Amino acid sequence: MKRILTLALVVLMAITTVFANGAKETPAAEKTNTLTVWAWDPNFNIPALLEAEKIYQQKNPDFKLNIVENPSKDIEVKFVTADQAGDYSTLPDIFLMQDNSYQKFIANYPGIFTTLDGSGINFSDFAAGKLAMSTAGGKHYGVPFDNGAVIMPIRTDIIAQAGLTVDDFNGVTWSTFFENATKVKKVTGIDMLTTSGGSEIVLMILQSAGASPYVNGKVNIENNKVLEEAIGIYARLIKEGLMTDYTDWDQYIASFNTGKAAGLIQGNWIISSITAAADQSGKWAVVPLPKLDGVAGATNYSNSGGASWAVSSSCRNKELAFDFLKTTLGSNTDLYDTLLVNNGVITTYMPAAKSARYQDNVEFFGGQKVYSDIVSYANGVPECDFGSYYNDIRSALTDAITNVVQKGADIKAEMKKAQEAVEFAIGG
Amino acid sequence: MAKKLTLERKQSIVGWGFLLPASLLIFIFCFYPMLQAVLLSFKRGNNAAERWVGFANYTRLFKDKVFLECLFNTVFYFVIQVPIMLVLALILAQMLNSPDVKCKGIFRTMIFLPCATSLVSYSMIFKSLFASNGFINTMLGWINIAPIDWFNRTWPARIVIIIALVWRWTGYNMVFYLAGLQNIDGSIYEAATIDGCNAFQKLTKMTIPLLKPTILLTAIMSTSGTLQLFDESVNLTGGGPGKATMTLAHYIYSTTFENTPNFNYAAAISVFILICISILSFIQMKVGDKRD
Repeated sequence: MKRILTLALVVLMAITTVFANGAKETPAAEKTNTLTVWAWDPNFNIPALLEAEKIYQQKNPDFKLNIVENPSKDIEVKFVTADQAGDYSTLPDIFLMQDNSYQKFIANYPGIFTTLDGSGINFSDFAAGKLAMSTAGGKHYGVPFDNGAVIMPIRTDIIAQAGLTVDDFNGVTWSTFFENATKVKKVTGIDMLTTSGGSEIVLMILQSAGASPYVNGKVNIENNKVLEEAIGIYARLIKEGLMTDYTDWDQYIASFNTGKAAGLIQGNWIISSITAAADQSGKWAVVPLPKLDGVAGATNYSNSGGASWAVSSSCRNKELAFDFLKTTLGSNTDLYDTLLVNNGVITTYMPAAKSARYQDNVEFFGGQKVYSDIVSYANGVPECDFGSYYNDIRSALTDAITNVVQKGADIKAEMKKAQEAVEFAIGG
Repeated sequence: MAKKLTLERKQSIVGWGFLLPASLLIFIFCFYPMLQAVLLSFKRGNNAAERWVGFANYTRLFKDKVFLECLFNTVFYFVIQVPIMLVLALILAQMLNSPDVKCKGIFRTMIFLPCATSLVSYSMIFKSLFASNGFINTMLGWINIAPIDWFNRTWPARIVIIIALVWRWTGYNMVFYLAGLQNIDGSIYEAATIDGCNAFQKLTKMTIPLLKPTILLTAIMSTSGTLQLFDESVNLTGGGPGKATMTLAHYIYSTTFENTPNFNYAAAISVFILICISILSFIQMKVGDKRD
């Protein structure tokens, strides 16, 4: 008898452990003065939060940020999981999201966001192209953070060996670029460019002419002339030995840090990796990427990467989150000055870009006013619409580019395949 | 409680009592989600917009070029890698079981050690080994072979995955064989030697038949493991170049979390993998089991 009772008790306990987490936590009655934030880069966006926290504490001394470092992919997976489960209680109050992911999440998981229109942030102070990435249906879902303007940093000492100067690469077209890059390769034997990730550079060229792969609700890949040009340029760069594409990111970084390449084309956030090689101080210059020849609307400007801050739907104190963002990242130019100097964060908050700090001559780049140059590039970036299908399009283009470069496949045929692949993937 | 329990009854209640907690946990955390996944695969749409679509997600599978490519990759890994690995494991086990080998403990540990490394970290190490300026290409340079751009070419990338898998899992299977071999009575080998049996005959006529249950076990485990391959595809090659090394499990991940989310379709792919594993395991058991 006793045994059976003990047994029943054990079973009961086992069952209760299983369901112990099923009970809902009761929310604290009083409003919290702490905000939980998810961000991913301890050298870039997390210092921005720490600095913003310090500034906001002057206004609200009890305020605290609980910063949790999560890789951006993990943040996305956690939000998807929470949305599928219909349980948002695990989510932070504020989170950082890649600009390229915004449209997908707004379209598929609108329930994770709190729109920011009632926050009092003056969105017209941010660069329009950047703002568009986190805006849908006239509603704002994100506070723009860093600037993703594409730059082409080049090694002045290497091109000088071929008798060339920065002007031979500054604001040029691709045909001029090929001419000069070939000279550099011939004289020095060094690749003009280095890259990682294949399709990224093609997407940058695509955007530099504002040739959206998604137009009026339809996939626009097969008959996209600019895309054909862009893939052609990529294939030519590889074929003529002017650029190496590294599969491994660290190898890519090493390739320009150790002088294996005379330049690269990348979002300006790469600057912190370039300046990491302190021995190359004074040997670099920043120019915009080359523009397409004879294409209407072609520019020297493009965008790659970047992120914006969002408030989650489960935010425990929305007024506080709104006020925090508005007071710090949404308006404080001193904050952006500090971040520029300490972490190389170039803002898209236009009033901050007018501050004196942005006019500084940067020693590492031979005294060039790099920051104000990048801000001016950012203002020239044409809009490029991926719909909410950035990843699908990118994945299909990666396949196309791989086939063109590795198997010598026909560009037109590959574009047709990519069009079909994206249409299939998004067709439910 | 007036009725007295018989001993048999008592014991069976105790037995069920011990089984119950684990069974409940398995049911709640394994079988229930599996059932939900099967239901999910017959629907389409998200949350409120969900509706039943019958087999639409399954017919979609065979029109999906990416799926077919991933299926090919997965089957390729399975067909090439599993036999290589099991034969290697058997040979290693046989060698280490020999009484003449010294420092057996050290060798066993060394061969088993890869299994103790995390999937992600070993993938990263292989990535740097096979990088275009990595150790493997440097070694190839020493013997005057042109460096191979492993990760940018279709077949080399697939071969890297297979090499990595063999490295990681051979020791694991070897341990099973070693345990099996140690259960075989040494005296029967002595008898065979007296009867004039050579080493090869001993292996094929005695060791392998006696090890059959173990071989069957490792074959089923490796099959199911390879069909669910995920980490290597994600971390080592990123599925690339293009989708040349992407596995089905990796494709499931990208349809749910990377691309435009389609949970229903992803669930259909998972069910497809489940069916494949069941069929293959069934065949292996039928082939392996020779009892009448």
